[in-house]
Amino acid sequence: MKSATESFKENARAALDDAQLQRALAGLPTGLVANRAAARARLPEFEDLRDVGRDIKDHTLAHLDLYLELYERNATAAGARVHWAATAAEAREIILRICRDAGAKLVTKGKSMISEEIGLNADLQAAGIEVVETDLGEYLVQIRGETPSHIIAPAIHLTQDQVEADFRRLHTELPKERVLSEPSQLVGEARQILREKFLAADVGITGANFLVAETGSSVIVTNEGNGDLTQSLARVHVVVASIEKVVPTREDVSTILRLLARSATGQELSTYTTFSTGPRRPEDPDGPAAYHVVILDNGRSEMLGTAFREVLRCIRCGACMNHCPVYGAIGGHAYGWVYPGPIGSVLTPSLIGVRSAADLPNASTFCGRCEEVCPMKIPLPKLMRHHREADFELGGSSRGYRIGLKLWAWLARRPRLYHVAARMAVALLGALGRRRGAFRSLPLAGGWTRHRDLPAPQGRTFQQLWAERKAGAPR
Amino acid sequence: MTGPLPSKPRVGLFVTCLVDLMRPSVGFAAVKLLEQAGCSVEVPAVQTCCGQPAYNSGDRADAAALARQTIAAFAGCDYVVAPSGSCAGMLKLHYPGLLAGDAEWSGKAKELAERVHELVSFLVDVRGMETVDAEFKGRATYHDSCSGLRELGIKGQPRRLLGSVKNLELIEMADAEVCCGFGGTFSVKYPDISNAMVEKKAANAAAAKPDLLLAGDLGCLMNMAGKLRREGRAVQVRHVVEVLAGELSDLPIAGSK
Repeated sequence: MKSATESFKENARAALDDAQLQRALAGLPTGLVANRAAARARLPEFEDLRDVGRDIKDHTLAHLDLYLELYERNATAAGARVHWAATAAEAREIILRICRDAGAKLVTKGKSMISEEIGLNADLQAAGIEVVETDLGEYLVQIRGETPSHIIAPAIHLTQDQVEADFRRLHTELPKERVLSEPSQLVGEARQILREKFLAADVGITGANFLVAETGSSVIVTNEGNGDLTQSLARVHVVVASIEKVVPTREDVSTILRLLARSATGQELSTYTTFSTGPRRPEDPDGPAAYHVVILDNGRSEMLGTAFREVLRCIRCGACMNHCPVYGAIGGHAYGWVYPGPIGSVLTPSLIGVRSAADLPNASTFCGRCEEVCPMKIPLPKLMRHHREADFELGGSSRGYRIGLKLWAWLARRPRLYHVAARMAVALLGALGRRRGAFRSLPLAGGWTRHRDLPAPQGRTFQQLWAERKAGAPR
Repeated sequence: MTGPLPSKPRVGLFVTCLVDLMRPSVGFAAVKLLEQAGCSVEVPAVQTCCGQPAYNSGDRADAAALARQTIAAFAGCDYVVAPSGSCAGMLKLHYPGLLAGDAEWSGKAKELAERVHELVSFLVDVRGMETVDAEFKGRATYHDSCSGLRELGIKGQPRRLLGSVKNLELIEMADAEVCCGFGGTFSVKYPDISNAMVEKKAANAAAAKPDLLLAGDLGCLMNMAGKLRREGRAVQVRHVVEVLAGELSDLPIAGSK
């Protein structure tokens, strides 16, 4: 996927001015955030489970080569074709070849962020293949020509009115006078449209929440059942997953599943959890004739030996973005690439380069709410700071900011001079601002005073007053 | 701490640069409370800033230099106490990592970390303070600043002491634990996003209809006070220690006569 990370500030400004988006985002605190809190409260061992989940992933990542090979062996033994893709381009080529070999005219897709990462749809469409997203949110985003704004709720930026308008615009074969005022009516209509696509599809492409090394299975969790129809009704099922999705055992899957849905939507479990092991066997009632798994690296193995290995624990629940006040203010598109929110602010610079995505790790107050809710205990603020350090080393931040910072640091390292300068500055500002108590505008403080007053200092520094008190003068 | 606690511990006050520059009355309120808690207070003159502006901008070298300066300044104190969860968190949790590769200073950073506390949690958790001798007639609400809350676990301590302030009615606003949008340099690097965050905070604070909005970090307080005043809302804003120390003679933050 092309990135728009470099125009983050403009993207954010536009998002803040977008009244429709702001209405859509306003539901987060009472929706996903409240649901997670309730689910956590219902499970006394939730916090302990986070430690267990983290340890499973840390262990797997420490032996990733071993578990990936074990997965490949077991998947192959079950009849899967396993393909390794070092880059996004390789993954696209492999999938396009599978589709061509299958003579595919129509491809259905379950929800997959990896397919977004590699820009799969555009490639398949350019090759003359019709691609239909079957997750409702993904379908909405697709018919609008947009990208997902959230990793589990791709259309969270949309309101119901927008969806109704889009359906009326696009589904012109349906009667004009139909009623679409209820969410259930919108879902019903999407179902009606998608059912024919499921039945006609030649290839079904899904992601994977897990790859299980001990059995060679892939696992998807969904709430709509669309993933199951995608993968079992088409002749060919293609799974596309990144290397860190592997876990050693089914037991590990079940442990992490206890965290995943609770963190994501506040459900105990998602509605459907589906294990796929190989293609259809003679005794199976249904399933695809061929089953391919495309395993993508795309820069992740480079992260293994670094501090950023920890981010590979991510299970893509979206809790970090649900709880992020920055995400809550600007939504997902402003981040400019596949993964928004705190996880994106760590992952994106690692995958596409810190210089082109420098705003992402910088645009955080380090409030720590993301780390607090992350089921895998990823230290997201710490990792964002590492990106800031790399960016600073490479000359990031504006010239004015860097000069200001260096001047301030130079002064702060000379306490005597610093305190003299502080006294003078505070005396001046105090004299100017004392009567009104605050400044409505001030040179060099425009970023602050555009939106809020700057409280005036009291006029003397603490160090100055303390020295006087020590010397016996009255305060 | 290992060994017996001194009966009258020597507490080094880490003033914080914002209190030093903007609101020295918070520093004096802190001194008063520490003395009430049986401490003798010292204020090393060679302290300036904890280094967060550099640290959070990715400038490790300057941050490390300021960390070494701060560690040296407080070498002789039994405790180092700051009227800020953010700065205390920096000294306590981030200095050791920042200086981890520095053979001379890494041990000193760890040693300092053991002695560092945020003021209100120090009073309650270390000094066993249960009540304060103060009065405020009206409704007050408390904003949980992020570093204090999530790095240092400060949540109940300020509420507990506020509960003992005569005639003060403590009320909770919605989303008290959500960031106010200050974030140090964030507020000037990303002013529009910061503004959207403080707008929500100001709305939540005002909706609780308090007379007084309190918090333990001056950065957050200046942000919230500046926004409330710009919006013309009649909520006074003060650092929590001003109320706990009964030091209300100075104007509120961004308040005018």
